[in-house]
Amino acid sequence: MPRIFAYIVHKAGVADDSAAELLAAAAKIDAAQSPTAVVTGHGADLDAVCQSLCASFREVWRIGNESLAYPNAELVRKALAAVVPAGSILLVPHAHFGTDLSPGLSIKLNAAYVPDVLDIESAGGGALKMVRQEFGGQVSAHVRCDISSGAVINIRPGAFKPAASPPAGGQVIDQSARVGVLTCGRRYLQTVAAETGDVDIKKYPALVSIGRGIQEQDNVSIAQELADAMGAAVSCSRPVVDAKWMEKSRQVGSSGQTVKPKVYMACGISGSFQHLAGIQGSPFIVAINKNPKAPIFRVADVGIVADLLEFLPELTSKIRGK
Amino acid sequence: MVEAIQPPAQATYWFVHGRLLFLIVDLLGLASFAWIMAKRLAPLFRGQRDPRFDRPLVRLGRLLKFWLGQWRHPRYLAAGLIHILLFAGFIVLVVHTGFLLALGTSERPNMPGGVYAAISDYAVTVVFLCMMIAIVRRLLKPARYAVPARYGKAHTADAILLLALIAILMAADSIFEGAQAASQWQQRLPVDALAIGSLPWVLRNALLSAPLPALANLYLGAYLVHELAFFFLLCYRPFGIQFHVETSLFTVYFAKLDRGTIKPVRWGVPDAQLDQVKSLGVKTFEDFTWKHMLDFYSCADCGRCSDQCPANAVGRPLSPRFLTIKARDYSFRHFPVFGSAHNGHALVGDIYSEDEIWSCTTCGACEAECPLLVEYIDKIVDLRRGLVDDGKVPQSLQKPLKALETRGNPFGKMEKKRADWVKAIPQQACSAQTLNGDHRAETLYFVDSITAYDDRMQAIGRATARILHAADENFGILGAVEKDSGHDVRRFGEETLFMALRDHNTEAIKESGVKRIVTSDPHAFNALKHDYRDVPPVEHISQFMARAMADGKIRLNPVESGQVYTYHDPCYLGRHNGVYDAPRAVLDAVPGLQRVEMRRSRDRSFCCGGGGLALFYEPTENERMGVKRVQMAAEAGANVIVTACPFCMVNMEDAIKVAGMEGKMTAIDLAELVERQMTN
Amino acid sequence: MEILVCAKRVPDTSENEIELNGDGDIDRDELVYSVNEADNYAVEEALEIVERTGGTVTVVTVGGDEDEEILRREMAMGARQAVLLSDDAFNGSDGRGIAAILAAFVKKGHYELILTGVQADDGAGQVGGMLAAMLDCPFASLVTSIEVLGGGKLKISREIEGGNKEINEIDLPCVLSIQTGINEPRYVGMRGIRQVASVPIPTLGKADLGVNGYAGEAAARVKRMDYFVPPAGKGAEMLTGSQDEVIAKLIDLLKAKGGLQ
Repeated sequence: MPRIFAYIVHKAGVADDSAAELLAAAAKIDAAQSPTAVVTGHGADLDAVCQSLCASFREVWRIGNESLAYPNAELVRKALAAVVPAGSILLVPHAHFGTDLSPGLSIKLNAAYVPDVLDIESAGGGALKMVRQEFGGQVSAHVRCDISSGAVINIRPGAFKPAASPPAGGQVIDQSARVGVLTCGRRYLQTVAAETGDVDIKKYPALVSIGRGIQEQDNVSIAQELADAMGAAVSCSRPVVDAKWMEKSRQVGSSGQTVKPKVYMACGISGSFQHLAGIQGSPFIVAINKNPKAPIFRVADVGIVADLLEFLPELTSKIRGK
Repeated sequence: MVEAIQPPAQATYWFVHGRLLFLIVDLLGLASFAWIMAKRLAPLFRGQRDPRFDRPLVRLGRLLKFWLGQWRHPRYLAAGLIHILLFAGFIVLVVHTGFLLALGTSERPNMPGGVYAAISDYAVTVVFLCMMIAIVRRLLKPARYAVPARYGKAHTADAILLLALIAILMAADSIFEGAQAASQWQQRLPVDALAIGSLPWVLRNALLSAPLPALANLYLGAYLVHELAFFFLLCYRPFGIQFHVETSLFTVYFAKLDRGTIKPVRWGVPDAQLDQVKSLGVKTFEDFTWKHMLDFYSCADCGRCSDQCPANAVGRPLSPRFLTIKARDYSFRHFPVFGSAHNGHALVGDIYSEDEIWSCTTCGACEAECPLLVEYIDKIVDLRRGLVDDGKVPQSLQKPLKALETRGNPFGKMEKKRADWVKAIPQQACSAQTLNGDHRAETLYFVDSITAYDDRMQAIGRATARILHAADENFGILGAVEKDSGHDVRRFGEETLFMALRDHNTEAIKESGVKRIVTSDPHAFNALKHDYRDVPPVEHISQFMARAMADGKIRLNPVESGQVYTYHDPCYLGRHNGVYDAPRAVLDAVPGLQRVEMRRSRDRSFCCGGGGLALFYEPTENERMGVKRVQMAAEAGANVIVTACPFCMVNMEDAIKVAGMEGKMTAIDLAELVERQMTN
Repeated sequence: MEILVCAKRVPDTSENEIELNGDGDIDRDELVYSVNEADNYAVEEALEIVERTGGTVTVVTVGGDEDEEILRREMAMGARQAVLLSDDAFNGSDGRGIAAILAAFVKKGHYELILTGVQADDGAGQVGGMLAAMLDCPFASLVTSIEVLGGGKLKISREIEGGNKEINEIDLPCVLSIQTGINEPRYVGMRGIRQVASVPIPTLGKADLGVNGYAGEAAARVKRMDYFVPPAGKGAEMLTGSQDEVIAKLIDLLKAKGGLQ
């Protein structure tokens, strides 16, 4: 089995949760191996991350370079191509950075590439068998990957449950010198933060979606509190927009946004075809509705007959309590 | 008559001999008018062809009814009466005015006498009084005259100027006659008879003791004022809304005869050759047909269309009145009387906005109201065709259009599931079988997309099937082979897709061998009746039920007491097809059913919000049409609103929830109601 | 600017119900196909750019005769040229293979900007990045806006977490993968497609392109074995019990499904 590396995404000196998921994925590939963390960045933040990773990785490869202070995938790719040994398996979290980095990286490393993987097992004979989804999540597929020249594998966030592992007592190995001067044809300028009126509901892994059952504008805050507690965003169905309780950009539906979250809380939403058409990728749908005959219960995974105005605040406080 | 004062033709006006002066005034006036008319007609010759010369007898009949008979005017009673009087006065005065004009240049002046003269006197008086009332109305300003800021300044000043000029014309005429009669009286000559109580009579009495020279001056001066005012008005009218005085006869004569259907993309170009036409629809002004351009000229700015327009009422950017006025102003600017013509600008993006054009539900309230029979729907559809041709279709409509193209229904559901709604009909009730080699029938139940696929509306399909069965009607459905009727695809400007759907369905209907069609969907009803050719006759389920109940084939149980019902006329059943009484007869035949009529009913019915593709479009509006409609039902004292259209049902049920009227109002389809009450 | 857009013909997810056929594949009998939605946005973006800067838009796809229909549709939309890359030897290519075929085509022409859609029916989103690496030019994914600066540069915006936007400057020639919603694509109807029905679409094969050894089934290193559907229940599982019990159960489920961040 080739050597397994895990690319760690981090922000402000803290490693992303995906690091633990990559460990779990690596264990499925080769339970006997302890993967090596690879981290790029610059300065004190990079140092902090590398130190923290020593608790779960035996080896942490540090690649520090001034031009890597902001994670520009073009530069990171060049750095990794210089450092990661040929034939390795590199695990990367599949998110906006991973999709930017990995396809090109696989070419530079002459490795195979499999994106957005939900499950892995060894297939023997220099191959891995993986599970992916296609058609907007409507079907799953088994995929066979020839890893004899290595592979870059993007792991879907949330697909692999981190296991509690004993402290690894790892060490940081600095690989910065192996990377020369880094330049590329793409230069980072700035990040423009989303305005509060500009929440892009498509980007959230969980949505608390409200319908007419919310009854009035003042009650929208009930949904917002739940969303905050869940790390989700509030979206809605058309009647809520028509009533001007929420902006159009929050609307999920055939004439609104199409969303592909992992979890969709349909609160006081009846489940009209126009609304459901906006939900793709077969998320886990929780339906909360006063009316036990609401069509939403046919498509939801889990249903709760309750008055959302009472139920949601309770749920919020219990989530916060945990 | 005996001239007491020297006639104008023989008098001298400031060193100019009268006859010469008036010859010049007449010639200048007529020449100017001819020039102006030529300039106004010019764009019509550049417009698209529009065959309106057929069926002259029918057209003549409508001319008598709508133009001469002012048929539509009393719908707004106060303004209508004023206009009827005014119009009658104008018609009466045509001959009188002709003689008056001739007076200025003739050797032997002559005016008609006798009964006609008396009637003319009253006509002048009535017109004068109407002008006074009209001016006051313009100042008090009914709401529909208002000009929203985005459309420019108010039209009040211009309107009052024109009204005042007509009043001056009448006054001058009256002074002319009154002065003559007063002079005759003073000189003890035979006095021209003036109708008692008329304005000339009043003025004569007032002038009885005026000095003779003063009377002579008044007489000659009034004539000059009359001539100048007459020709000024003649030449000024084509610059504004009063142009309808000249054009109304033609606009009404050439008005559209075929209700319910949309004009072809290009008259004279058969469907098969449309691919060769480079540009479809109306993009620039010259893409309008000459009749549509004539409509723009003929608008009297009365605002009745916009007053009735449901889109306007809910704050959408559409006002039919201003659709016309803006186009008229555009044509005045780009085809001016002074200066050269220039065309070629895209109208949408200039005088019209895209949202404005997509906001129309084609309900037809505007066309039903306009006293001049100005047409709107064809123009909107033509503008939409232009937008579609340029790819400018709102994203919200692109998805259903694509679904219609690939799956034959706007929901994107699979063709093979189109007849699945049948499966939920209770076994013992009946079945709706698909017509094919094994099963044939005389009657086709054309279901159409929403009734076939929408979970809620499938109930209407099942109710209709049960009713047909109970009335011993041998019927079948097309099943998976049926595609959307395409009714609203056409009205939203996608003619090519419409033709594909129409041809497919026509073929399927012919193959089924049915002799008649019945449908519960007024949009399908309208399409099959007016847009499709070569298909068997079609009727709506309400008509079928009315007949079946009259024949005793369907018997009904009494309804529960405590409910008050009101019937909402769907636009495509009522206004566009005149089916008002059959649904009411059905309701009235239900024992114990208490029915009230909403204030706006029959051809004044208020659109529910639109059907077909209108369900998908996201307009800018202040509230939903459906909400206003259920509030009207509540105002009428009803707690059940009955409708006969699945799209109306979607909008009503939605509106009841949005308006917070759950528990206070329910909506039910006519077929569902009958099925519920059926004894068999 | 000469722009190339790489497009793919895919089953239309909004109008199909994807079902398995019992043989490990999906039932393809009643699928309707269309151009991948993100690719359509890319073509619209390309058209808007050339409307501002001049130049032409070329659309290319790797496939067979049945894929021509999407090329025609994009031409009806306004693309000046369309090219089909087709050869039996290309069948069974994995993502790297497709990218190699496209790279061979790109090298035969002069394109300043190459656009792909962010992802297609298989949700891989890989060809754009691979193509850029093979061509050795800069790449950016999830692009939500493009501004043409002078001097062979673009200013682009990328979509990152939380609705934020990452602004970059990128040198031409480059490859960008375009996110849906970047613009409002113009409508193309049956009539538009009929009007380009007889425009010739050149087809290039392996010999014309000189593709390296990455294309084709034998060279593919990633292969799909089968389709399957993980077992799911019928309708919602209704949670019952006291409100506290229901909430506790719900929280467990939310955690398991990744609903709590």
